Amino acid sequence: MARTRISLQGNPVRGVPMEIRTMIAHAMETGYRPGADGAVIARNLIRRFRCSFDDGTRIEPVFEAELFPAVAANPYIAFHFTPPGNGSLRFVWEGDQGFVQTETLDVRVA
Amino acid sequence: MRRPDSFSRSRRLVLVAGAGMASGVVHVRPANAAELPADLLAAVQAFAQGAAVREGRVVLDIAQLVDNGNAVPVRVAMEAGLPAATAVRAMALFNERNPQREVVAAQFGPLSGQPEFSTRIRLATSQKLVAVARLQDGSCWSRTVDVVVTLAACIEAES
Repeated sequence: MARTRISLQGNPVRGVPMEIRTMIAHAMETGYRPGADGAVIARNLIRRFRCSFDDGTRIEPVFEAELFPAVAANPYIAFHFTPPGNGSLRFVWEGDQGFVQTETLDVRVA
Repeated sequence: MRRPDSFSRSRRLVLVAGAGMASGVVHVRPANAAELPADLLAAVQAFAQGAAVREGRVVLDIAQLVDNGNAVPVRVAMEAGLPAATAVRAMALFNERNPQREVVAAQFGPLSGQPEFSTRIRLATSQKLVAVARLQDGSCWSRTVDVVVTLAACIEAES
């Protein structure tokens, strides 16, 4: 399990876009770098990030990103979310070598 | 910093780039077909899904002079005051001289509310970056920015 940090900027208000900042601890090995022995280090990237919102009846996508080797280590992704009401946010990171990490965050609107 | 006489020529060029930045000159050039290298253009057009890519409407925030190419903060957004009908479906960022042209490609769901994202990227060397937005009506808009990188990513081996 990788360490993740998720922060909502401000309090959720129904219908008002708010910023969500996420970060996950991951080396993001590009597959282009040689190691100490001169051989290229195998690629190990997070390839995909998804955020969706579950209001209890349906799941709606919020933001999705495809990541390439040019994304820096410990990928930081910030995006916006407009809460339609109470529910929970689900964050999924998927990567090479079977990497999957899921986090959920409850949202209570003002 | 404004006395280039005492420096060597290459150093002077770097300083000129820095001075241009300090005086608020933004090195933004139109992303027309003639200026982008073929492979970068191909990547942009693949994302555009056949639509013509026009310059404008997109905002690409990045430092013009990058000290460390290993983690460069970047923000892609739309200009303020665009008509509401121009909902953004997807945005992508491309580079000119990393090993791969693509950097990140984002899609916005109905609950996003604001087409904008920030991340941190690696830059192998001084190069052009292109941000492209694909709108709901199928049109594509782009912004091209030149950045100067002093410490490159992906070059040094692990010690």
